[in-house]
Amino acid sequence: MTTETIRWTRKDLLGIAELSPAEIGLLLDTAESFSEVGERPIKKVPTLRGKTVINLFFEASTRTRASFEIAEKRLSADNVNFSTSGSALEKGESLIDTALNLQAMAPDLVVIRHGAPGVPHMLARRLQAGVINAGDGAHEHPTQALLDAFTIRRHKGRLAGLRVAIIGDIEHSRVVRSNIHLLNKMGATVVVGGARTLMPAAVEKLGVEVAYTLEDALRGADVVMMLRIQLERQGKMSFPSSKEYFRLFGLTRERLKLAKDDAIVMHPGPMNRGVEIASDVADGADSVILEQVTHGVSVRMAVLYLLSGVTAPEES
Amino acid sequence: MHENLTPKNTILDAKQMARIIRRMAGEVVEMNRDLSDLLLVGIRTRGVPLAEQIASEIERMEGHKVPVGVLDITLYRDDLSTIAAQPQVKGTSLPRPIEGATVLLCDDVLYTGRTVRAALDELIDFGRPRAVKLAVLIDRGHRELPIQADVVGKKVPTSGDEVIEVTFQSTDGIEQVRILERKPPK
Repeated sequence: MTTETIRWTRKDLLGIAELSPAEIGLLLDTAESFSEVGERPIKKVPTLRGKTVINLFFEASTRTRASFEIAEKRLSADNVNFSTSGSALEKGESLIDTALNLQAMAPDLVVIRHGAPGVPHMLARRLQAGVINAGDGAHEHPTQALLDAFTIRRHKGRLAGLRVAIIGDIEHSRVVRSNIHLLNKMGATVVVGGARTLMPAAVEKLGVEVAYTLEDALRGADVVMMLRIQLERQGKMSFPSSKEYFRLFGLTRERLKLAKDDAIVMHPGPMNRGVEIASDVADGADSVILEQVTHGVSVRMAVLYLLSGVTAPEES
Repeated sequence: MHENLTPKNTILDAKQMARIIRRMAGEVVEMNRDLSDLLLVGIRTRGVPLAEQIASEIERMEGHKVPVGVLDITLYRDDLSTIAAQPQVKGTSLPRPIEGATVLLCDDVLYTGRTVRAALDELIDFGRPRAVKLAVLIDRGHRELPIQADVVGKKVPTSGDEVIEVTFQSTDGIEQVRILERKPPK
């Protein structure tokens, strides 16, 4: 727990890269308090009454969007959802026009997911409202990294000094980038593991160890984070077949023994059972995959709460 | 945290505070014939050590351990949009269901009444207590809402530019109540 009181001063949450360890600590500590709200008989507090939140999803998402929506409702905010299908977003409107139209409705916060990196940043510059990045291309997904860190801290009591193995499709994952930033800042060691064809060039520049076999990545890990093989993005096929992938890189009970005895298994979802992870591991005693989902709501409540306390500077 | 505050005088020292809290505990026992329904709830931050001390005095007098809960009213404040950055949320914990309980809210200072209003709103979201009562160490007047305490340690008439500072051994290392004066900036 951080004892020094720091104040949140950012209008937006765009990525983990720009946050200080103290800010990350504040977010996690605040999320800790909000997790208690989720255990109450009435899971709702009046904190954001009268605030309007727009959820703007240019890419399909079930879990993240539902998680944000529940977090918003538990804080008594009014929320409106826009998604690509059937909206003006599909009818050729430019992003800037969309932003100006949103601004005209005077929301307090905008949650955005977009396939192109940097879109939330562009929106943040245009809007008076606070902007929360819910995933921009393969760039960042800050609330996912925060909920992962929150889950790790719940089980291990700390982040510093831990060895975290992140395994799978490193190249296409925005989750991994945010996680690397966060874990490095908080003093954990990150090992990324996976097939060479799924590893971005110069990945070690991000400050991680690299392992090209599952076994090397797992050895001595406190936390094993499996990433989804994005079957829909494998048009160019980075590996021969799902079956072959599982044979080489699938997390099985036998292989998990290489990690520490008390290692926890995580997955940001959605999972491909029998591709990157065996069913009995996903459902096993070491798996905290569903806890991640629960904690996601608390973390997003914390983000909404902290951002809504910051008023945007007057437009010049 | 405090802008230009200078100590004016000490109104209670540790001994006087202990005596007053003992008397308050006595009043709580008198008011509640059945202590088994009683739940003390301290409002964060300085209401919590007050609740704990009242509980331990009750235990000493009656041999009955009264449960103590903690209420963090941050999420129920009515001034969130008018303060610069969000205050840190530290969490609520109630050791028993409040359904049917007699809840004694405890806070160090009663001033405008807005904290108590927020505490009542939050409490009621946890269920329907049989009754809610209020105990405060210092009542300094200047209410902005129709709220009164049932058990008062000491009434202290104050002016608007004075601040009452209550400190406890457990939270601050010293047990006393002081009046501080807000100095106009030079």
